[in-house]
Amino acid sequence: MTEFIHHIPALIIVIPLLWGFATPLIGRLSKKGMYAWVVTALAITEALTIAQIYLVLTQGTQVYVMGGATYNTTIPPDSGGIPVRIILTVDAFSAFMAFTAATVTLAGGIYSITSEEGTSGESMYYTLLLLMLSGMLGMVMTGDLFNFFVFLEINSLASAGLIAYRVGKGISVEAAFKYAIISSVGALIYLFGVGILYGEYDALNLAMVASRMQFTGLDKVVMALFTVALAMKAGSVPLHYWVPDAYGKAPGAISAILVTASQASLYALFRVCFSLFGLGSNTLTTGWFLISLGLLSMFVGVTMALIQTDIKRLMAYHAISQTGYMLLGVGVGLATLGTAAFSQYGLQAMEGGIFHIINHAMYKGLLFLTAGAVIYRLGTSDLNKMGGLAHNMKYTTVFFMIGALSIAGIPPFNGFASKLMIYESTYLFNPILSIIAIVVSVLTLASFVKVFHSAFMGPKLYDVKEVPKAMLVGMAILTSLIILFGLFPNIAIQYLVGPAAKALANQAAYISSVMGGA
Amino acid sequence: MKMSKIVRTQSGFLYPFILIFGLYIVIHGHLTPGGGFQGGAVIATGFALVVVAYEYKDVRKWITANRLSLAEVTGLLAFIITAYLGLGSTFFRNWLANSGSIFGSRVPPGINPGNLNTGGVLPVMNLAVGLEVLGGLGVIIVYMLNYLKRGEESAG
Repeated sequence: MTEFIHHIPALIIVIPLLWGFATPLIGRLSKKGMYAWVVTALAITEALTIAQIYLVLTQGTQVYVMGGATYNTTIPPDSGGIPVRIILTVDAFSAFMAFTAATVTLAGGIYSITSEEGTSGESMYYTLLLLMLSGMLGMVMTGDLFNFFVFLEINSLASAGLIAYRVGKGISVEAAFKYAIISSVGALIYLFGVGILYGEYDALNLAMVASRMQFTGLDKVVMALFTVALAMKAGSVPLHYWVPDAYGKAPGAISAILVTASQASLYALFRVCFSLFGLGSNTLTTGWFLISLGLLSMFVGVTMALIQTDIKRLMAYHAISQTGYMLLGVGVGLATLGTAAFSQYGLQAMEGGIFHIINHAMYKGLLFLTAGAVIYRLGTSDLNKMGGLAHNMKYTTVFFMIGALSIAGIPPFNGFASKLMIYESTYLFNPILSIIAIVVSVLTLASFVKVFHSAFMGPKLYDVKEVPKAMLVGMAILTSLIILFGLFPNIAIQYLVGPAAKALANQAAYISSVMGGA
Repeated sequence: MKMSKIVRTQSGFLYPFILIFGLYIVIHGHLTPGGGFQGGAVIATGFALVVVAYEYKDVRKWITANRLSLAEVTGLLAFIITAYLGLGSTFFRNWLANSGSIFGSRVPPGINPGNLNTGGVLPVMNLAVGLEVLGGLGVIIVYMLNYLKRGEESAG
């Protein structure tokens, strides 16, 4: 058993792969068996990510050497001091992201059982779903720059396939095509940066490159390439144009999971800024760069959302807006990194930004699932044609209300907890930032009041039934976490968010976990 | 849309050679340039040749999308299970290399003609990838052929 626990980082990535590859075979035999098979895979992955958090909290950063003689010989004796193999480096931030991704995918997978029932190519849907999960988990857990690119491609291709799953007279296919092109361009820009780093430092391991970092002019080019490519994949303004199409046209469960897929890129953006470049670079400038991206995303996202009439497109613009909060919080942390202000409010801002990642994944995932439920029953995503759904779809209405109040930052839901942390800390950094964040939050509330009113209130227009149980279970999983994190934010901060923020800020610990010593 | 008898005879003659050449590239992946992906792609071009030369309804009897996707899944599973079997030490461990069993001979030092019986899990994974790629590309070709048939129907 003690031997087995060290394989957990690898198993988290490869269990969805094995199960996913076997899904078409199981699907040939029995459909019910396939559902059970997929849910088993998602549940095992979820359990392993929780175990991994425990492992990281008790034993520190975990490393796993793929194909090595043992799991922790990061630098083999005959390699000349270079970590030659692919190494997974799982610190508290990675473990946190893996938990987020696995949870939303579990909810989305259960939801899909009825929401995608009867569509052609169901076994392919679940194969791609598991591949997408594997790609996300790989992105957040790998410690290798090139390996990140590989997982990014796995994730992007699987996502593109899933966005196009409901052909929708070609509209979904167009959205998927756009997503695939944007993703490939982003991934290639990223790969170009990796190539420059490899040429300079003869290494692909993130910790190795960080320890050899010289901060030459070329490294600044790399930094520009990485931040632009990853901000594009994370869906931040001004590189957000693929988000409304991709989120808006994908099946409901996939939109929810796409949120965490974008957050995996956001993770990489933060990882590159903190662990790869770190204090040696001009953190004040990069910090302000992230802050300005965050402000733009918040403001443009929410103002664009206000004028939408398509329920999922509206939510997609809100996803852009909420990404801004994460960029703002972590950006303030980066701008103050290494100064006295960091311990005063910088760390709290980072905690707020990181806490907002998991909160956003939960409530935006929930909102996309409720939107999917409405579309499942009505067959339209146009808000002007909806109305009176609260008469029949009681549970969906309650879930939507919880999600909407949470995204607007109303206590006692989780959005309030993380937003308050961001307001408080950024106010000390620069009061204007905090005021903009609050205004955006108010506009978010206004927008969701509109959605709630036009979709759920009013006289009964449609004689529809509540959605089937599996979809409700998927929504209930996310709702319970929203309420849990909203009522007990201190537990989440203590065990999930606090360690993650500290791990992200501590570059030396990240390097020494792979390179040893230091 | 059947091609002329000359083309059909020639493609029937070339087909086994293309398959054997593809298999050669797959199985020598750890010694010579090429490997699972390249070899699998060469085999899939063999399917493409037959598809171009013969009629749709004939080809559909020989090469079915169902069988090809089965080959794809089998290849993927063989690959990942080979990687799982390394879990005794770590995932992806080359547990067959230098073991003395199949593909387990030591690599001879210096310049040599190349011993096929080396490489451990590398040739196994090459075979798996070859199977996966011939299945995957084959499925794409068969689906494209499906549209070719529809085009004929609308034209005729």
